[in-house]
Amino acid sequence: MAGGAKPVRPGALPLAAGGAAAVAALLTIGTLLAVLARAGGAAWPDAADWAALRFTLWQAVLSAGLSVLLAVPVARALARRRFPGRGLFITLLGAPFILPVIVAVMGILAIFGRAGLFNTALGAIGVAPVSIYGLTGVVLAHVFFNLPLAVRLILQGWLAIPAERFRLAAALGFTARDIARHLERPMLREVVPGIAVTIFLICLTSFAVALTLGGGPKATTIELAIYQAFRFDFDLGRAAMLAGMQLVLCAVTAALAARLSLPPAFGAGLDTSQRRWDGTGRWVRLADGAAIGAAAVFLLLPLGAVAAEGLPRLLSLPAPVWQAAGLSLAVSLAATALAMALALPIALGAARFRRGRAFEILGMLPLATSALVVGTGLFLILRPVTSPGALALPVTALVNAVMALPFCLRALIPAARRVEADYARLADSLGMTGLARLRYLTLPRMRRPLGFAAGLTAALSMGDLGVITLFADPERATLPLQMYRLMSAYRLADAAGAALLLMGLSFGLFWIFDRGGRADAAV
Amino acid sequence: MLLFDGVEIVQGDFRLTADFTVETGERVAVIGPSGAGKSTLLSVIAGFFAQSAGRILWDGTDLGPLPPGARPLSILFQDQNLFPHLTAGQNVALGLRPDLRLSHDDRARVSAALARVGLAGMEDRRPGTLSGGQQSRVALARVLLRARPLMLLDEPFSALGPALKVEMLDLVAGIAAETGATVLMVSHDPEDALRIAGQTVLVADGIAHAPQPTATLLADPPPALAAYLGK
Repeated sequence: MAGGAKPVRPGALPLAAGGAAAVAALLTIGTLLAVLARAGGAAWPDAADWAALRFTLWQAVLSAGLSVLLAVPVARALARRRFPGRGLFITLLGAPFILPVIVAVMGILAIFGRAGLFNTALGAIGVAPVSIYGLTGVVLAHVFFNLPLAVRLILQGWLAIPAERFRLAAALGFTARDIARHLERPMLREVVPGIAVTIFLICLTSFAVALTLGGGPKATTIELAIYQAFRFDFDLGRAAMLAGMQLVLCAVTAALAARLSLPPAFGAGLDTSQRRWDGTGRWVRLADGAAIGAAAVFLLLPLGAVAAEGLPRLLSLPAPVWQAAGLSLAVSLAATALAMALALPIALGAARFRRGRAFEILGMLPLATSALVVGTGLFLILRPVTSPGALALPVTALVNAVMALPFCLRALIPAARRVEADYARLADSLGMTGLARLRYLTLPRMRRPLGFAAGLTAALSMGDLGVITLFADPERATLPLQMYRLMSAYRLADAAGAALLLMGLSFGLFWIFDRGGRADAAV
Repeated sequence: MLLFDGVEIVQGDFRLTADFTVETGERVAVIGPSGAGKSTLLSVIAGFFAQSAGRILWDGTDLGPLPPGARPLSILFQDQNLFPHLTAGQNVALGLRPDLRLSHDDRARVSAALARVGLAGMEDRRPGTLSGGQQSRVALARVLLRARPLMLLDEPFSALGPALKVEMLDLVAGIAAETGATVLMVSHDPEDALRIAGQTVLVADGIAHAPQPTATLLADPPPALAAYLGK
């Protein structure tokens, strides 16, 4: 045996981790190959396809830029102010990540739509209504989702500035401008590029927002164009060509994002606050209050509108909505089980083996692709075998699980590494292997991140309006799809009721799983 | 009998050789400057780190091919000797059955082992609710129950106060006597060596020297040890 090598520990883990990583690779690279093989015979992109590419890039640039720009004052205010409800507000900023897109769209329409509060107010002072459909709406919705994420990430950067520096700044009599120059701007230069690229990547693969608020030749994202080519024209070659385009875009951006540093998005300790001596002036305090207040109104008003409109309808929702809710619940739980079955072995393998990084990279691959690309690929692969309609729900669960995998791994791998570093030698010396090790060491020590990852997957899957639109037939719909159909039919009251139900189920699932990971957790 | 047969340990620039035997039932202290490789030597015996040359044999059996859990030894680390999410009873029972499928008889033996180390009735306590000394006792109860012929101690009591440490060393000596175990104990305190170890292995300058009577070694230390002891 080579010097310095750890003795090989026999067991099923290498097999399980390799198998899970292979499944992840198959679903990303395999579907990609299926798409590319098909696209080989496809036409060169036409004017409409290039327009979709331009729109995709432009809306993503605007969304990322605006989200970050608006997030800076809010994060700065949160970093230097202490007020009752601050912790709750910061927790709420994490909610949009698991909020179903279609629910947020409904809320945004309630405020900014043709008959919404905003245009009503404009009308009252004699200004012509502003249309939300098109670029404006798409960017507005993306900012709604990504502003909170940007605030949390930038706040993370602010809180990472050692408190002693602010003390030193106070001792040296720094003004707000000096602090900005010497402490805050260097931090922002460090963290903002990574955050902007991450949001850019999220917006590149935007589908549900573009489906509901975009559309038409002027506001079609590539992801939406894939759907249209697939669903309306049944032009598989074109869908495959667009998927290839999407893939290049995502892969390049993901590679870029991986090179830039990013603070951990779900890190604990965000509700701590630093003792600050600056920012005591009246105008500064007013500006901070305004930034936090405006962000709160922008985020809470749309959801409040949905809740107010939906609540009276909640108990009298039509039967298909309840049926769809049941199906969604099943899809979500299946996706969660699947994601855990893939993520846990990959995380353990990545933590335990010296070459475990390979598992990790394979597990992160879904970041570089998009749900509709995977969906299109699966359709191409499965078409000869069976009818796609019959597979709508299983495929949705599968794609949801795979797309959630990178987020799960981000939570699980650091925890698995800690368990390995702290307890692997003890477990080895006692001969704990296989299921006994899983049951008495791994699972109890990883309960919290497992609960969090499961909750995240369940909520994301519950609210997903993506692949299901490719495959669904009139009889089978998930709750988000059912809600979209109600909106398209202008049954807005029912849609609001369904939105409230969907929001409740998503948050409820996350809460139950996350709670389960914490309850009775031993030290 | 523990036999180091031309053992050579290499880790980057670090190099340590060992070529000696330890008689069965002997209690041996392992002392030497920090960074000399005392812990590494124990890691190699326990199977966490492979030597690059030579063999380690216990009663004629080569330990090389055995995974850590299958080696005829129990080891106590400096810390992390207990799983904080399991009860004291479960932590001890792992020494009997790593899958914790316990028979009625097994449970009785766990309780008896805990009673032997002075923790009668503490089966259901979590390590976090026990004092440092009590946690050491739980780990020793497990060593007692495993009853492996070789006992490796990698300074498990270094965080305890002097009086408590002496108590633990006496408990170790008692358990070793009951199970007939051979003990290898890393220490940086010559008092520990004098207290329970008849023999001492000096690890210095890339060599783990053959065991010598502790009293003689400390009375007339070779230069490397003298420098370490400050004599």
